[in-house]
Amino acid sequence: MYRYIKQLVSLFSVFVVLFAFANEAMAAKKSKTLKNTQKKGFVRCGVSQGLPGFSNADASGNWTGVDVDVCRAVAAAVLGDASKVKFTPLSAKERFTALTSGEIDILSRNTTWTLSRDADIGLTFVGVNFYDGQGFMVRKDSGITSTSQFKSGISACTNIGTTTELNMRDFFNSKGISYEPVAFEKADEVVAAYDAGRCDTYTTDKSGLAAQRTKLSNPDDHIVLPETISKEPLGPVVRQGDSVWEDIVRWSLNVMIEAEEYGVNSSNADSMKTSDNPAIKRLVGAEGELGAAFGLDNDWSLRIIKQVGNYGESYKRNIADTNILPDRGPNELWTKGGILYVPPAR
Amino acid sequence: MNSKVRKIIPQLITLLAVILIFGFFTFNAQINMDNRGIEFGFGFLSQESSFDVQFSLIDYDGSHSYARAYLVGLLNTLLVAFIGIIISTILGVIVGIARLSPNYLIERSAAFYVEFFRNIPLLLQIFFWYFAALRALPLPQNADSIFGVFYLTIKGLFVPRLVWENLDIFFYSLIAAVISIIVIRNYARKIQENQGKQLPVFSISIGLLIILPLLAFLTGVVSLGVEVPVLEQIATTSFIYKGGLGIPPELIALTLALSLYTATFIAECVRAGIQGISKGQKEAAASIGLTPNQILKLVIMPQALRIIIPPTTNQYLNLTKNSSLAAAIAYPDLVLVFAGTALMQTGRAIEIVSITMLTYLSISLAISLLMNWYNKKIAIKEK
Repeated sequence: MYRYIKQLVSLFSVFVVLFAFANEAMAAKKSKTLKNTQKKGFVRCGVSQGLPGFSNADASGNWTGVDVDVCRAVAAAVLGDASKVKFTPLSAKERFTALTSGEIDILSRNTTWTLSRDADIGLTFVGVNFYDGQGFMVRKDSGITSTSQFKSGISACTNIGTTTELNMRDFFNSKGISYEPVAFEKADEVVAAYDAGRCDTYTTDKSGLAAQRTKLSNPDDHIVLPETISKEPLGPVVRQGDSVWEDIVRWSLNVMIEAEEYGVNSSNADSMKTSDNPAIKRLVGAEGELGAAFGLDNDWSLRIIKQVGNYGESYKRNIADTNILPDRGPNELWTKGGILYVPPAR
Repeated sequence: MNSKVRKIIPQLITLLAVILIFGFFTFNAQINMDNRGIEFGFGFLSQESSFDVQFSLIDYDGSHSYARAYLVGLLNTLLVAFIGIIISTILGVIVGIARLSPNYLIERSAAFYVEFFRNIPLLLQIFFWYFAALRALPLPQNADSIFGVFYLTIKGLFVPRLVWENLDIFFYSLIAAVISIIVIRNYARKIQENQGKQLPVFSISIGLLIILPLLAFLTGVVSLGVEVPVLEQIATTSFIYKGGLGIPPELIALTLALSLYTATFIAECVRAGIQGISKGQKEAAASIGLTPNQILKLVIMPQALRIIIPPTTNQYLNLTKNSSLAAAIAYPDLVLVFAGTALMQTGRAIEIVSITMLTYLSISLAISLLMNWYNKKIAIKEK
């Protein structure tokens, strides 16, 4: 009898130990980046050095823009407060190193999603928050109204280290035009040089052209040509190897877009809890256990919508109302003729 | 334990510590790169670069490899360093001597120049020359020509290109001139040592340098054509000069800023060198009947150079390293092309930054070696 009890006890202790290990393993599934972020109390976010509409700081250091809102959404989801973000302005050159070296946890800096970046250098793109394409800006009085009027000898100002440099070469080569690339490290210097007349054209993403045009001495003297020479899907990036964190960022963005699709916005989010539509109820956390999959509570998505707003609100506040690109173009919902389409949050 | 061992042990410990520290950094980088899924390797150098560069001394476009892009950047850096060193040396020597001029106006203006340019940060000066001075330049269609063939515009300086026929023969004639000058100089020295007679070596040298190449032209073997830049319209208000040689404004601004800045330091080295020679030397030379020119050439300069060379070497090194500020104004030097564009397109930060560092180190060491060799040559040879 005594031996039997002893065996039972040892068997029980084995189970306890196994359970403890299993628990440990479950905890390890929780994201390391998430754990660190919650411990620090803020999300570390890499943004641009100033691109109106996307990530731009005002005189008192408040960051606004659609790229900024992605980081704010993540902060609202994981920390409960959209203002708990530490922004790090990065040049095109520094951005990937800052992310892979662990200086920031999200890179939301109008970064084009390409195969080599996704596969090669330890990065993972989580989605697209702006569909863009490269274009050209010229002086109105040059008489150029289309890229087909470009002639050999044209000089083009741009930034170094972006897909722009590569697209520009493909474009001019395919047209058989010889050109002079003048590539600067900072966007402000490109603007200054183009403004001074150093270059005949300024090329970068069309959203960037629209935003930088506002910085020229006489914005009305310049036009952005209608042609788009490349696909530039811009989106947030995370480090490779933390799939839970990757999911959190991806779905924070998706929730904003889906909220717009279902008409949920920052002012009506609370009242939507009693909606008849189960998809809306899931979105505001009144049904289902969506947050548990990331190790978050069930109100994570509600907080994003309440504190940051849906994608449409973010776009209107940052890009449309500031007159950068009032027309949403491809960045309209798929239900309204655009290509913004995200997987369902369920 | 004998003293020899006691001397070696601390050295060994230091060496071990250095190896351990380097080992730790390498190991640490390895672990972290593995964790983040970053690979290490130089295979990317042979890949197609697929970006163009504004200005290149060798044939290059995006279909060449990253290694070729590296070479383009390196040559552009060396070009700026080379031109900068020559201009700053000439300017520095002139200003340095001017600072010792008995003429009040010359002395004061030289002093003002030195104090002004060496006390403003170099980057600001580069920005000034590029953005402020550039804005003042006319557009190509409004540019007035200089001597009818040079055009200084916002898009660069356009100069006639020389089109040579039988350029090699011209070079041979130059080499022949140089060789004969060396022979004549040696002969003149012998005559002076044996008979005390002085030949006008300088005039003869100049004459040879002019006459021999001129002969090549006159005989019609070598001919020189000039291709003048011609204004061409590429849009209603966009013009560009074609034909001829276009020097980008980035190169001009950078060279100007670097030379003007470094020349101030070289001027101070020159002044220090000349002032470092005691007055007695000059007076003694004058008392044995040397002319002022001979005093400067035979007595003052050989001694002053010993003081001037070492600090001037530092200035050359500074100029070369400062040329990396080129990135701010889009001059495609090593930093902009390789540590900039190539780094960002490949994402190979560790590889590219280490290659770039090694390159600058090699350039600096090469300049150092050259200057040290020259310094040794002119140093006092004790017998």
